[in-house]
Amino acid sequence: MAVRDYIRERFMPHIWCAGCGHGIVMNNLIRAIEVLGLKKNDIVMVSGIGCSARISGYLDFHTLHTLHGRALAFATGVKLGRPDLHIIVPMGDGDATAIGGNHFIHAARRNIDITAVIMNNHIYGMTGGQYSPLSVYGRMATTAPFGNIDQAFDIVGLAQSAGASFVARTTSYHATSMIKIFQKAITHKGFSVVEVLSQCPTYYGRKNRLGDAVEMMEFFKKNTTPLGSAAKEKNPDLIERGIFVQEDRPEYCAEYKKIIKKAMGEQ
Amino acid sequence: MNKKTLFLQGNEVCVEAALYAGLDFFAGYPITPSTEIVEHLASRLPQKGGCFIQMEDEIASMCAIIGASLTGMKAMTATSGPGFSLMQEAIGYAVMAEIPCVIVNVQRGGPSTGMPTSVSQGDVMQARWGTHGDHAIITLTASNHQDVFAMTVEAFNLAETYRTPVILLLDEVVGHMREKLLMPEPAEIPLIERLHTSVKEGTDYHPYLPREDGRLPMSDFGGVHRYNVTGLVHDMWGFPTNNPKIAHGLMRHIVDKIENRVSEITRVKEYFLDDAEGILLSYGSSARSALHVVKNRRKSGERLGLLELQTLWPFPAELVRERCAHAKYVLVVELNMGQILQEVKKAVDDPSKVFLANKVDGTFITPTDIRNVIRLILGKGV
Ligand code: SF4
Repeated sequence: MAVRDYIRERFMPHIWCAGCGHGIVMNNLIRAIEVLGLKKNDIVMVSGIGCSARISGYLDFHTLHTLHGRALAFATGVKLGRPDLHIIVPMGDGDATAIGGNHFIHAARRNIDITAVIMNNHIYGMTGGQYSPLSVYGRMATTAPFGNIDQAFDIVGLAQSAGASFVARTTSYHATSMIKIFQKAITHKGFSVVEVLSQCPTYYGRKNRLGDAVEMMEFFKKNTTPLGSAAKEKNPDLIERGIFVQEDRPEYCAEYKKIIKKAMGEQ
Repeated sequence: MNKKTLFLQGNEVCVEAALYAGLDFFAGYPITPSTEIVEHLASRLPQKGGCFIQMEDEIASMCAIIGASLTGMKAMTATSGPGFSLMQEAIGYAVMAEIPCVIVNVQRGGPSTGMPTSVSQGDVMQARWGTHGDHAIITLTASNHQDVFAMTVEAFNLAETYRTPVILLLDEVVGHMREKLLMPEPAEIPLIERLHTSVKEGTDYHPYLPREDGRLPMSDFGGVHRYNVTGLVHDMWGFPTNNPKIAHGLMRHIVDKIENRVSEITRVKEYFLDDAEGILLSYGSSARSALHVVKNRRKSGERLGLLELQTLWPFPAELVRERCAHAKYVLVVELNMGQILQEVKKAVDDPSKVFLANKVDGTFITPTDIRNVIRLILGKGV
């Protein structure tokens, strides 16, 4: 199938600004799904609120556009209702780690078979450029006019310590590896987290004089390095990308099936 | 037929009734005085192959039941006081996206943490207006275990009929009290299942295009129709829009589908109303004391009656006006500062004849408390 076969053309044009990283992520998600050969009826996309969350509406799957931060809680209900379906949750940084932080760590802890794609552009885009829990220290935002004094979460570390059994990081620049990571995350049995460093040229870029979308993507290219590379040893400031965790651990729905067996046996 | 007689707590009755109604999915978080519902379902639901999950909080619980309902499951959560406050955002989502689900709130003293183990009926208005924005909602209540059973089943039936969240407002006394339940036989109480679309695969399905009767046939997630569900104002495909005409139509639809069917949704119990000079109007546990007073005073020839509401929202204003038309006085008995009192005053022809017997100190209102107010109304002094 072509990319357009996955898109609801009736709902185009999309709302994203020119140069936004979310379109790249959506495109690569589609490609990953296409390569995997998944049926559209077998995919549920659940999202919260934010620019990134709009991905769900544009795609021709079962789509559930929910409340700010709550996508994973809704997704948990969908997954338990239909454990055979693939559940993909595109999220923004505020959505996943501020208002939705609690749901995020608990979904990870349960290791429920859901794929969370966190588009980290370090800012709240939809509301116009406020700082998020992933904004870099010292950066500017409309609510940090003198510079951000919050420390940012490390998504990979957070997901890992909360119990996610698949954790990866990539960037909007690295399309080929992003597609491969998405494929692995979607087929992984358990809670999978993919952090995608993405650009919001409109707010984060402009507020912090980071240049246009191309320059922001160049930044991802220059300042990231594959996991375990020698470059990281020389320059510890480089951000690593790749798969950090990929483990076989008890998955929640599978565990729940055992509970049903026990409960029925005990009757 | 020899029916099974059980001796149960109200919260357990609610569990049995939910299972009878076909509950498939429960998500919840422990909170007094509703915890027994969570605990009992943790063992009862997996026994019938259903799904129970204890979520990280009440917000997540409410969201999870909406997600499960979209896959075709009958879904419910249960909570009290602060937990009900936390659920309000997602209750609004269920209203807007028209997702059938049942929310049980075993009321306790409030506001805030209030009195966790004490009785109250202080959430009547929160059930009506707790979530933001104009909307309609269905709220049921019950005063005894047989009715807790019936109203729990009714809550599921109404949720599935009208594609809406239904709130079941119990209170601490009803939830924790133990009394007899005659277990209804299977199929004795009719169960209503949601409408599924007959639109075939490959044909355009409009998830949000109401039929002429206002109902919207659903299609389960994972089925042949892929569509969008959102809490934003949406068109007939479920896609967000700012079109004023569509927005207006949607608002009218979500309100009218309930407010235009008050008589179909209304459940009341009437005791000695035909010749009543004084009418007690009550609901939930306080209706027990009210009924006691009425039966007792009838013995001494006092023409008292009781109108017990089981549907609180939409408020049955027409019925209340009509039943109270010939009464010399109407005494609303409730465990709050007069939340239903105001509705009764709005409904009747002469609001000056409507009085309140209430308690807000965490204790139960007794027949003597009610008697004393009646004496005051009749100018007899206490
Ligand atoms: S505001 Fe930022 S995140 Fe939102 S669409 Fe525009 S560029 Fe993308």
